Amino acid sequence: MKAQSALPDERLPELLEQMWLIRYFDEKIDEMFAKGLIHGTTHLYVGQEAVAVGACADLTDDDYITSTHRGHGHCIAKGADVNKMMAEILGKETGYCKGKGGSMHIADVSTGNLGANGIVGGGIPIATGAALTLHMQKRDNVVLCFFGDGAANEGSFHESLNLAAIWKLPVVFICENNQYGMSGSVKDMFAIADIAERGAAYGIPGTVVDGNDLFDVYASVKEAIARAKAGEGPTLIECKTYRWKGHSKSDAKKYRTREEEKEWRAKDPIRRLETHLKESGQMEEGDLRRIESAAQQKIEDAVKFAEESERPNPEEIEQDVYA
Amino acid sequence: MRTITYREAVREAIREEMNRDPNVYMMGEDIGVYGGAFGVSRGLLEEFGPERIRDTPISEAAIVGAAAGSAVTGMRPIAELQFSDFITIGMDQLVNQAAKMRYMFGGKAKVPMVVRTPSGGGTGAAAQHSQSLEAWVAHVPGLKVVQPSTAYDVKGLLKAAVRDDNPVVFYEHKLLYNTKGRVPEEDYVIPLGKADVKREGRDVTVVATAMMVHKALKAAETLEKEGISVEVVDPRTLVPLDKETIVQSVIKTGRCVVVHEAVKRGGYGGEIVSTIVESEAFDYLDAPIQRVAGREVPMPFSTHLEQYVIPSEDNIVAAIRDVMV
Ligand SMILES: Cc1ncc(C[n+]2csc(CCOP(=O)(O)OP(=O)(O)O)c2C)c(N)n1
Repeated sequence: MKAQSALPDERLPELLEQMWLIRYFDEKIDEMFAKGLIHGTTHLYVGQEAVAVGACADLTDDDYITSTHRGHGHCIAKGADVNKMMAEILGKETGYCKGKGGSMHIADVSTGNLGANGIVGGGIPIATGAALTLHMQKRDNVVLCFFGDGAANEGSFHESLNLAAIWKLPVVFICENNQYGMSGSVKDMFAIADIAERGAAYGIPGTVVDGNDLFDVYASVKEAIARAKAGEGPTLIECKTYRWKGHSKSDAKKYRTREEEKEWRAKDPIRRLETHLKESGQMEEGDLRRIESAAQQKIEDAVKFAEESERPNPEEIEQDVYA
Repeated sequence: MRTITYREAVREAIREEMNRDPNVYMMGEDIGVYGGAFGVSRGLLEEFGPERIRDTPISEAAIVGAAAGSAVTGMRPIAELQFSDFITIGMDQLVNQAAKMRYMFGGKAKVPMVVRTPSGGGTGAAAQHSQSLEAWVAHVPGLKVVQPSTAYDVKGLLKAAVRDDNPVVFYEHKLLYNTKGRVPEEDYVIPLGKADVKREGRDVTVVATAMMVHKALKAAETLEKEGISVEVVDPRTLVPLDKETIVQSVIKTGRCVVVHEAVKRGGYGGEIVSTIVESEAFDYLDAPIQRVAGREVPMPFSTHLEQYVIPSEDNIVAAIRDVMV
């Protein structure tokens, strides 16, 4: 665990709870999906919790994020209410998007969440544009742009990094390299070892971090945010991590082995943080379990809230197409 | 004749065309070991290997453009876009490059490529994974556009598309993949530009595409019980459009309802209506033509709302009753 001193100890219980919230939220979605209680599709963030939580730890409602189709984790880390998220995924009126968006489109502009995105790479130019706003309006804020390794092969990635670099925009590009874009392994889809190398092509720093280590993610993003706010432009941060589940519900995972999955599960970012907390004497097993069950309870409550909420009124179907 | 699924029919067409012509190959995201997002290419990697079943990065502009580049130089690519919504990312390569090469080059080139892609809603996939954007590409000279509704049609039309020397955008409807139909074992090709009368009738013509063909057929059954005889015409290809079959049907019945899933405004239904109005069928019309189409909203996520956006059998029945008075 390098650079752990950058993250104040007193923040750790809160960040650990966020990680558990993300874990239980998506485990719950998985379970409800299997029971046929959720329709459409969802993409689960389990195993990647340290990235979202570490990166968003210092953000305020005046900072922005853009997210991906695998967005529940980013959304929770940005401070979203899990009740409204769950309601959205169940297609209810009380959801963040009144049931019109669903899992892949949860957004809350008022708290700086510019949305999950069903289009791979779709959020990268949006983040760049949000950073342009901050730059032009001289606001002392920053944009975090989350995207997957797969997205780094879309044209939108390259064009956005270049634009943000030449205009020195306050945006941090956070590539979550979870080793696969659907079935495409990074080994087959890249001729380079690290996606972070691509920063060099646009004249911006590119760093590789251990995406399962909260402290490593936090420290790197903190540095990049400082750089962005100082007017020095964007940074590309590649977080090496792993998605525990399949790409989506219909994935037989034939492209990877059980051994590989086991290997990565042993690097569980949550257990790692817990081990640190115990070994450093900051918390005891009992405290840790209390945090875990509090998170679990919040998710159970969210399901109840969502289930008891009304379905959207079909008469509102044409509302919000135009302002 | 055997009964197979629409999905299997697509796969058979690809397999047979790849066996027939070594220049035919397939590329797209997750088409190899994953078997494609909708399972269409399952087993083809084992059969043909990674040279001809090429997994690509997530790079739609490159996929469409590389298909055009390889087509103009002698190959016959079948490119798969995982959802038809993502055609937007390949749009420059499709619209400004592939569609225009032959014409701009003075007829000295041909671009024999197929872009296969699942379209349509009804799966709860929300606004960015549910669109029917066929009218966009139908608007562009140089592109052919196919929208098959049955297992039989999809196989015969895909074979024709692969053998065609032009860029063809081939829309498969997500909800049709599991539908079954009778498909012959022997080789057959359905020419692009030939409509099919899916059901004969005397009183009213319903021109419907893709998923809507099936809803129109159900509507026709319902109305038959009331003594209304509905003819259902499936154009199958939008470009080229079989005007003759549509016009003759409307001359016969004197009434017409046009149905598609895409949003009504600017939809291809307008083109079909104009085609009828501009033809000799105009004089035979006993009632104004009606269009039944998607509501003019992005597809909402909630199933509860989604069902009001996509035309239903009831909407079609109501429109038919309207033109019958
Ligand atoms: C433009 C576009 N192409 C393809 C898809 C289908 N798709 C959805 S997610 C995905 C994989 C994305 O991989 P990555 O960016 O690495 O993110 P991860 O799923 O690993 O979080 C694909 C191919 C899409 N949604 N949008």
